[in-house]
Amino acid sequence: MLSVVTFLPLLVCAVLLLLPRTLPDRAYLWIWTGTAAADLALVVALWAGFDTGEGPRYEERVRWIPSAGVGYHVGVDGLSLPLVALTCLLFLAVAVFSLRERRRVRAYVCLFLFLQTVCVGLFVALDLILFFVYFDLSIVAMFFVIAGWGHGERARAAALKFFLYTFTGSLALLLGFIGLYLAADPHTFDIVDLTRANPLAGRGTYAGLVLLAIGVGLAVKTPTVPFHTWLPPAHTDAPATGSAILAGVLLKMGTYGFVRIAMPLLPGSWRHYALVIVVVGAVSVVYGALVALAQTDFKRMIAYTSVNHMGYVVLAVGAAGTLAGTDAQARSLAVTGAVTQMVSHGLITGALFLLTGVLYDRGRTYAMDAYSGLAAHTPRFAAVTAVAAFAALGIPGFSGFIAEFQILTGSLASQTIATAVALTGIVITAALFLTALRRVFLGTPRLPDTMPAGGVADLRGTEAWPTVILLAVALVIGVAPRWLLDVIEPAGRALTGLVAR
Amino acid sequence: MSAVLWPLVALPLGVGAVLAVTEPRYDRRIPAVAATAALATLGLAIAAAVTRPAVSVPLFAGMDAGLAVDGLSAVMVVTVAAVTTAVLAFAVGEFGPDEDRGRFFGLMLVFSGAMLVTVTATTLPLLLMAWEVMGASSWALIGYGWRRPGKAAAADVAFLTTRTADLGMYVAAGAALAGGVATLRLDRLAQATSPWLHVITVGIVLAALGKSAQLPFSFWLSRAMEGPSPVSALLHSATMVAAGAYLLLRLEPLLAATAWAGPLVAWFGAVTALALGVVAVAQTDLKQLLAASTSAQIGFIVLAAGSHGVAGGTTQLVAHAATKSGLFLAAGAWLTALGTKRLGALRGAARTYPLVGGAFTVGALTLAGLPPLSLWAAKDEVLAAARAEGTGLYVVGLAAAAVAAVYSLKALWYVTRPLPPGPASGYDTERRGIRRTARTTPLPLLALTFAAAVLGVLALPGPASWLRSLLGAGGEPSPEAWEFALSAGVALAVAGLVPWWASRPAPVPRTVVRWARNWLFLERTARLTVVRPVLALARALAVFDDRVIDGAVRQTARGGLAAARLARRLDDGGVDAAVRAVASGARSLGRAARRPQTGLLHQYYAQAAAGFAVLVLIILSVR
Repeated sequence: MLSVVTFLPLLVCAVLLLLPRTLPDRAYLWIWTGTAAADLALVVALWAGFDTGEGPRYEERVRWIPSAGVGYHVGVDGLSLPLVALTCLLFLAVAVFSLRERRRVRAYVCLFLFLQTVCVGLFVALDLILFFVYFDLSIVAMFFVIAGWGHGERARAAALKFFLYTFTGSLALLLGFIGLYLAADPHTFDIVDLTRANPLAGRGTYAGLVLLAIGVGLAVKTPTVPFHTWLPPAHTDAPATGSAILAGVLLKMGTYGFVRIAMPLLPGSWRHYALVIVVVGAVSVVYGALVALAQTDFKRMIAYTSVNHMGYVVLAVGAAGTLAGTDAQARSLAVTGAVTQMVSHGLITGALFLLTGVLYDRGRTYAMDAYSGLAAHTPRFAAVTAVAAFAALGIPGFSGFIAEFQILTGSLASQTIATAVALTGIVITAALFLTALRRVFLGTPRLPDTMPAGGVADLRGTEAWPTVILLAVALVIGVAPRWLLDVIEPAGRALTGLVAR
Repeated sequence: MSAVLWPLVALPLGVGAVLAVTEPRYDRRIPAVAATAALATLGLAIAAAVTRPAVSVPLFAGMDAGLAVDGLSAVMVVTVAAVTTAVLAFAVGEFGPDEDRGRFFGLMLVFSGAMLVTVTATTLPLLLMAWEVMGASSWALIGYGWRRPGKAAAADVAFLTTRTADLGMYVAAGAALAGGVATLRLDRLAQATSPWLHVITVGIVLAALGKSAQLPFSFWLSRAMEGPSPVSALLHSATMVAAGAYLLLRLEPLLAATAWAGPLVAWFGAVTALALGVVAVAQTDLKQLLAASTSAQIGFIVLAAGSHGVAGGTTQLVAHAATKSGLFLAAGAWLTALGTKRLGALRGAARTYPLVGGAFTVGALTLAGLPPLSLWAAKDEVLAAARAEGTGLYVVGLAAAAVAAVYSLKALWYVTRPLPPGPASGYDTERRGIRRTARTTPLPLLALTFAAAVLGVLALPGPASWLRSLLGAGGEPSPEAWEFALSAGVALAVAGLVPWWASRPAPVPRTVVRWARNWLFLERTARLTVVRPVLALARALAVFDDRVIDGAVRQTARGGLAAARLARRLDDGGVDAAVRAVASGARSLGRAARRPQTGLLHQYYAQAAAGFAVLVLIILSVR
């Protein structure tokens, strides 16, 4: 079943490539949308049948390269199922948003279908090499999305930077994986087996070095300060849909790696270096928010808020590794908050990036001071953006609050100072989003010179539906979060148990 | 009877959310729908106050989202719902067909719904959620007229100031979990272990002071005046600023759990009551005067909470809510009619519109603390609690009460003057007045004014003891007869002096006037000490990010390229050159080896002979 969910988009991609090139663009786009919807429906069915007992569900295990201890092993638990669902929802939203795409549609659709398989595959992978293959393929696919459909020459430079930077990170990750493989007896890359064996228990420096390699690899992808500088140009010059997937799904691969690999496989070193992780998280929160506050480019600003939001996740997983002065409830709360934050950030920032695409489509620039009082021309666009901005600044009623409250409440006991520092991020993000809203949408109406004559259109259906649906899901999580937390909490508790052993 | 509680909060929040996103073309029905929803909410609030329901659902692991109506909540829900209903009924006539009424009425309902959740929440997470939603909707309401410059900025100031203080509540939540209160129930917070108990208290007090516009946060309330008058009427009475005061009353056991919290809070309240009272006196704008007076009057409630006088604080809260909402509605009615809120321009406004003027007069006399109106009695309840804590608090409180009489009667003096010649020259400073009051003005105005006048009965011995048992505050001190007489005497004395003072320059140095008129320069101080440094830091970090961090990445990339070039040079000039040298050496050797192959027999003989000779020489030399 999981393999069907994973490979359905790839299969459709292959079929599309076999079809004659005379097929109209609209057909490709609608087939893609239909595929994404079908995949989401499958995930909803998985969710309905999910039971939150211990260990992964819907497991499949096939021999792949047995001589090297590599297998095709997939399964989902409370940490990965929400992210699989998020991935499918975001790809559907992006597919609908792309219905008006006219540039090299065939290649575009196939690329995104391929990317969806890669993203889902990563979250269900229970083998380190399988994880690594998907991890790298995601970089390849996103490179072509940015370079091929981004904003001109700068996009190609940004894509190259993105590729080289994250690819280097992935090599560090591979190094760490090999370190784990060599330490295990018998040698294996299987995550479940490695979790059970805990091969690096009591292996001081060696374990520390493996954690360093894995940590740096994931930190580049997440990204945390100081490995984040590939993110702003990649986002700024990527197409809106690429940005939404990059922020919504690809960044989660880093944070997901922490909870899936780094924490359960290296619990001893994780606890030992928890303070380092917490500091990196808190710095990312405040630094990301402050740098975002100083931006004048709307999309670049949102890119930096991703550093801020992912910083909360890193803070939480670090705090979950601190046993002193805390109890299991607080640590489990922090982990649950971290996973909720991944989902929440995907929904809200995904919507925000799609909305920046609308802004660019209308005014051909992201510069905030080019606009003023845009709400007078596009009331619906302004309203949806305002809601998304408030959701992103963590207002209760949306998923961001549910995530951040759990993270901060769960982390304060063990990491008081770092959490207190990170708290200020809440006010800074509020300030930067309100400032952006005020500059672009409120005040006396004034349009940029680049704006084509003949007025400016409000949100169209293909732009409104995806963003509103994403925000609606964030709203449902924010108002009635139990259906999500019921899935995450058992896995979060299990993870805190694994880290504490 | 939990069937009442969910609808009580869901009705305003749900209807409000729907109205807020309703397309403008359905605008015509929205005011009626909103007013009906508010009325239904009032009915549910009364039912809830009678039946005292409680509900709870799981929210986070080990933490519930609980709602319950106890004595204090019963008083609060009815107050909130009643004021909301009156204000919305008033607002029905305030908006023209070209204005976005859906947004206004929807947000007002969400705003009051959030307040209803705040005053019924039994756990900290839910309280915080409602608390922040209230802040966000206040942003949208203050910035309602976003087209005009300054409105959105004012909304930002209000939201960011209160949210900064709200951080205290996030800290309190984490500290409560750390201190052993795993359920985060409000009634368990006082049992947290030390040192977390102190952290919780600091956080809660900070959040409450910010929301209630107490010192040093008071300035946001001045900016909040940019919103429409009905927003001010609601925000300044039963919601928002009242939320902080309510929280302190609710968590009075927490304040009592540490030695320092009670006196600290009481002094913050007392000083705010006095200082912002002086600020109010110095204002030349009616709405600014009323805004400063709100801070000052809420200061009395904060004083009461810090002095453990829950009953007195509650009486003050309810009486003030009715009084202040009525006053703001009157100010709003004049603003709509005359287009101005400047005190100088409002001379004689009460005579032009006698009904509004009458209501304003009663409200101002109540605010002044004149007997037998409600705030006189309420304030004495508060001062009795303060006197039990210390004479200093009592004296400052009494001084603040005297100042309250000054600013109230100053406002009243202006609007009841005879009309100056050519009054219209001062009108229309804010917008074009319509020179009449809306048909929907009188009923809510009179209802609120009536409540303001008579709510003082809550301080009479009979009703007071009923209220005390309702709030579970049996042992709190009651004012003595002489205290009533003293405060009445002070108020009356001031009332006698104000008409004489009003036409003369204030008997204080000009600097004091300047400071008071500018709200003690609190906003400027906040900008200088917080906003500017943060913005400067942000800009510096952005440059650092581009130049240093990304610069390092670019240098690494450049280093990689340079290494590649070096490798290429080494490769071309070193390795490959060596290979080429070997090749060319081999080639020249080959060439050299070809030379003896001449094909001439005699040369071969000569070569053989020479070779043989060399061989012989070698053998000889070796032997």
